[in-house]
Amino acid sequence: MIGTTFVLAIRSIRRHILRSFLTILGIVIGVAAVVTMVTLGKATTAAVQKQIAALGTNVLQIRPGQGFGRGGGGPRPPDFKPEDVEAIQHQITGVTAVAPQAQSTGTAIYEGSNWSTTINGTTNAYFQVQPWPMQQGRTFTPMEEAAGKAACIIGSTVYSNLYRGGRAVGTRMRIGGISCDVIGVLSTRGQQGFGGDQDDVVIMPIKAVQRRFTGTRDIRLILVGVDDDYSTSTVQASIEDLLRERRNITAGKDDDFNIFDTKQISDALTQSTSLLTGIVAAVAAISLVVGGIGIMNIMLVSVTERTREIGIRLAIGAVAREVLMQFLVESIVLSMLGGVVGLVIAQIAVIVIAPLMQVDYLFDPQINFVAFAISALIGVVFGYFPAQRAAALNPIDALRHE
Amino acid sequence: MGKADNVAADPIISLRGVTKTYGEGATAFQALKGVDLDIQAGDFVAVMGPSGSGKSTTMNILGCLDVPTEGTFLFRGHHVEALDRDQRALLRRRYLGFVFQGFNLLSRTSALENVELPLLYRGEDRKARHDQGMAALDKVGLAEWWDHTPAELSGGQQQRVAIARAIVTEPAVLLADEPTGNLDSERSIEIMELLTDLNKNSGITVLMVTHEPDMAAFAHTVVHFKDGLVERIEANHRQGAPVA
Repeated sequence: MIGTTFVLAIRSIRRHILRSFLTILGIVIGVAAVVTMVTLGKATTAAVQKQIAALGTNVLQIRPGQGFGRGGGGPRPPDFKPEDVEAIQHQITGVTAVAPQAQSTGTAIYEGSNWSTTINGTTNAYFQVQPWPMQQGRTFTPMEEAAGKAACIIGSTVYSNLYRGGRAVGTRMRIGGISCDVIGVLSTRGQQGFGGDQDDVVIMPIKAVQRRFTGTRDIRLILVGVDDDYSTSTVQASIEDLLRERRNITAGKDDDFNIFDTKQISDALTQSTSLLTGIVAAVAAISLVVGGIGIMNIMLVSVTERTREIGIRLAIGAVAREVLMQFLVESIVLSMLGGVVGLVIAQIAVIVIAPLMQVDYLFDPQINFVAFAISALIGVVFGYFPAQRAAALNPIDALRHE
Repeated sequence: MGKADNVAADPIISLRGVTKTYGEGATAFQALKGVDLDIQAGDFVAVMGPSGSGKSTTMNILGCLDVPTEGTFLFRGHHVEALDRDQRALLRRRYLGFVFQGFNLLSRTSALENVELPLLYRGEDRKARHDQGMAALDKVGLAEWWDHTPAELSGGQQQRVAIARAIVTEPAVLLADEPTGNLDSERSIEIMELLTDLNKNSGITVLMVTHEPDMAAFAHTVVHFKDGLVERIEANHRQGAPVA
């Protein structure tokens, strides 16, 4: 009997192609919207997590000032000194590497090409704290670091703009008015979640940057790698105590520096993207319900329009349950069809939109299954009432219906 | 299914004291006022009478589409008046075929699919449906037109498809409600000849409502209704088309 009603439903849908298409449009849009939104949301979350993982998983970032930004009013808190870096390195347990950073900007020039970029002064510890493999060349020698020699490791964006794929290691380029030896090229890291191209950078020994560009021994940022065996929060607390002491902050006063655990940032960002995904998906889900009401509407119209057909079926011996099943199966088949079309559109939409959002394509079986199941459920729920109405018709009246 | 010339002692259909009342109280209308009627298996019965005489109500009851208010309806010796909706549907599916004045074919559906419809409800498989459907279409002379939709067929052809649909299940009784009402006289006679042939050669009992004496002339028995009662029953010995 299920086979029979299925055959009847398919025939009826085929006979009214345009009407069937309009009926399922709501479901198509609803399913496509929900699946696209949730998939893109998950892809964004994944991308954010990946970028944060690239910063290093157990990394603490220490900056002067309170929280993000510098806060309002008051004198600017002082930057860190090289002694602070050494103190952290030697006095705190559970620290794998400590990388100070001093930043400047300048134009890099090589054989007529020039490129404006960020100059980042640091030490080899930088490459230990956050894994960043070289595509060519080497990191700094101890001598280069100690003497603050003009040795440059260039990011892939700088490399492609100045060298266009040619040999870079062993050449000399100019950067911010000084000449430096290119000793290495970094692998591509990609866009950073918070904007900005991480590969648009020239890395030099910190002493070189301090002497030639910033003119001070100040350090704007310290990256601290934490040993996997130690808890980041414990290490964070001991660094905080140490820095408060070194910066003469009396008890009861707030820190004039802040320590970020990248894991905390990661969690916060993941949480907010998930929340956003949820809200957008909820809005899209409303369109699914509207689509379901659309199906009910069309099915009710269809029952009225096909009253005589129902009469014929009843007269030639269809029992009420068979008529009910026919209309119910018809509405379920329609809504599942809508679900499938919606899923296909969603995949295409994700393939098209994902690159624009700079996230990777992702297929999430769970949301696809759930959306499809919901579309079938909509067919049952919104198809039942019209189907019951059709089954309850009196064959004599139905046959007389014009 | 006995033939006309070896009529069983028990009638296939037997109505006793059948009444049908529509509405209740002051607005109640009694369409049938106590109908007694026996129909023998293999008979070809024409039911005549002015509108409002109760012939359509009787046909609805005989077709198991409606139930009597009072009285008994025996079909092959079984009480039908007490059956519920679904039981009556199954009885229609098993024993009855319907032909309507307005053809009542499914639109946008091929002749063959229309004819196959009752077999679908009987749960026949695809091949059986196709074979029996084509055989029925062949019987009404429309085998070549199997893939045409009703809109592509003439009125006479549509009615023949409807007859094919009614006989595809090899019913015991064929109920025809003014089957020639929408056709010209030439097509009408073709349809009547087809019904006569089915009655004679397939042993199907035919019950036909008609207004036209010319059509009633094809029947063996003519039942006249008046004011909710059977007025008289005539035997027609000179069965066939009237000489023009």
